[in-house]
Amino acid sequence: MKERTTPFIIDNLRGNKQFPTVWCPGCGNGVVLSSIVRAINKLGIDKNYVTLVSGIGCSGRLPAYVDVNTVHTTHGRALAYATGIKLAKPEMEVIVVMGDGDSLAIGGNHFIHTARRNIELTAIIINNRIYGMTGGQYSPATPTGSISTTSSYGNIDQPFDISKMAEVAGAGFVARSTVYHVAEVEKFIEKGIEKKGFSVIEVLSNCHTYYGRMNKIKGPVDLLNYFKDNTALNTTNIQGNEDKIQRGIFVDRDVRGFIEEYENVIVKARRQKKYSRT
Amino acid sequence: MKVKNIPYYGASRIVRDISCDIRESDYIPAFIQGNEACVEAAIMANLGFYGGYPITPSSEIAEMFSRRLPQDGKVFIQMEDEIASIASCIGASIGGLKSMTATSGPGFSLMQENIGYAVMAEIPVVIVDVQRLGPSTGAASSPAQGDVMQARWGTHGDHPILVLAPGSVKESFEMTILAFNFAERLRTPVIILSDEVIGHMREKILIPPQEYVLIENRKQPTERPASYKPYSNDTDVPPMSVIGQGYRHHITGLLHDENGFPTSNKQEINRWYDRIYKKFDDNIKDLFMYDEYMVDDAEYLFISFGISSRMAIKAVDNARKEGIKAGAVKLLTLWPLDEEYIASVVAGKKLVVVPEMNRGQLVYDIQRISEGKVPVKHVGRTDGVMIDPNAILEAIK
Repeated sequence: MKERTTPFIIDNLRGNKQFPTVWCPGCGNGVVLSSIVRAINKLGIDKNYVTLVSGIGCSGRLPAYVDVNTVHTTHGRALAYATGIKLAKPEMEVIVVMGDGDSLAIGGNHFIHTARRNIELTAIIINNRIYGMTGGQYSPATPTGSISTTSSYGNIDQPFDISKMAEVAGAGFVARSTVYHVAEVEKFIEKGIEKKGFSVIEVLSNCHTYYGRMNKIKGPVDLLNYFKDNTALNTTNIQGNEDKIQRGIFVDRDVRGFIEEYENVIVKARRQKKYSRT
Repeated sequence: MKVKNIPYYGASRIVRDISCDIRESDYIPAFIQGNEACVEAAIMANLGFYGGYPITPSSEIAEMFSRRLPQDGKVFIQMEDEIASIASCIGASIGGLKSMTATSGPGFSLMQENIGYAVMAEIPVVIVDVQRLGPSTGAASSPAQGDVMQARWGTHGDHPILVLAPGSVKESFEMTILAFNFAERLRTPVIILSDEVIGHMREKILIPPQEYVLIENRKQPTERPASYKPYSNDTDVPPMSVIGQGYRHHITGLLHDENGFPTSNKQEINRWYDRIYKKFDDNIKDLFMYDEYMVDDAEYLFISFGISSRMAIKAVDNARKEGIKAGAVKLLTLWPLDEEYIASVVAGKKLVVVPEMNRGQLVYDIQRISEGKVPVKHVGRTDGVMIDPNAILEAIK
């Protein structure tokens, strides 16, 4: 095992970056990090043509470890930055990593509009259902009734269904899995990258430090077991499991992406008389 | 007008040092708005990306780019808000394109956080703020000069910033070219502080041919990726790689070390801070641009910028007719101020007046630099009407 793992790490993670990571031991972010790296590797994309973009929060720290082009932007705005990067370098594979608070609260507007444009980006949302970096406050994905440091009496808000929202907003590819289902996460990310248009992969993740501790699912293993027991794959084992959280690919449609459409705009504009004073 | 600091010929102070004779007949006359002049200049500066959100009185800029940029195969995108607009521009600049957005006060407020990101990550980007009246929604189509301090201090935390202030359509053209040149040269966001009058006013300008205009591009690394430091402190402005070239470095809004990785090391933080201030301090004579009008023998001095500077010049003419020795300084660069120059030009004056269409913003810095040696007075108004030259003259009587 060691012989195979070590060169893989050397090839894909940054040697000059200090490990261990900033994350708590047992954090699900590591699973997502390794899944992204394996997916990129499997697809055989040149590292120079991958850009990992993130916002703020625990997820925001993910790109720094990976040996590709990496941009750690401001809170909620990762998709807007990524839109600029992709339009400047359409040949670049731009993958955006966000948390639930990052992508749905402060960045909610950018999320729905990026989906509406169906621009050729891959968004991976690590949904740990809490604000981890700031100390365990409730997020737009925190289930109703959950305890957090700002909902001591139980959260009264309804959580967003990220995947449904991405679907109605117009994303071309939408999938959900959990950090327990590692192989599935990797497969969905791979499909998401391959898909033209806007791809959204929601990954339910564990924050045992805050969400788990306050909601009586204490350790990382307990939370992983929770994901195992409380989710069901929508294609094979949904029968009798309708009340569980669904996993799987929910949307996989061929809608023209923004960049594809913009190429048409250029063609049309060039047919018009040139606006020029000089 | 006597022009200092920058080469000047005909319609443009950004004429390249060329060996052939510059012929005035090569210039193309145009009767255009200030907003349109920004568009013409940006295209000449090789703008590659415009991301914006509609807002009065800047919308013409977006409209014109939406028609022009696709014809050149360049990118125009209307984003969902001003926050996304500036973010997309910074993203495009990371991707190697010269990028620009335009807005007015309310949108400018929304952009502030990400302007700070461009300062921190040292990403060139140009922001046009066509100022309008009042805080909040204010009066959308009335002029004001109320964003002077927001342009300086709008984003949080200590930072240097470059703010240019055109006072005419011609200067809108020139300042836009210069904004791109400075942004590229210094790896910094540059703000063009226009206003509703200049944005919408039509004036005749002479557009220079492309080959007369000096266009600067960011310095790119020549070393091997392994030895490239995107935030090297060995030089004021480290070269900036374009993604995809093989450099694969990290860009972050966190305080970072020379490689771009987050740091909490006090020495590294201090070195970064010293360098980003140094790149402004070392270049202050280039960055700080101004015009003087009858200053040499002046006993009274009007220091102004933008549209108000034209009222100040008219006030000088009126004063001279009455035998009062007045002069005017028009600041084309608002921030950073060359404090040495301001101190020398106000020295010995009987009174300095700062006319600006606000309740007092630039005047406080002029007072501070004058150190109480010269009395400094403010003349302003905030009702959407330009300052009357007579009101400036009244102030010295």
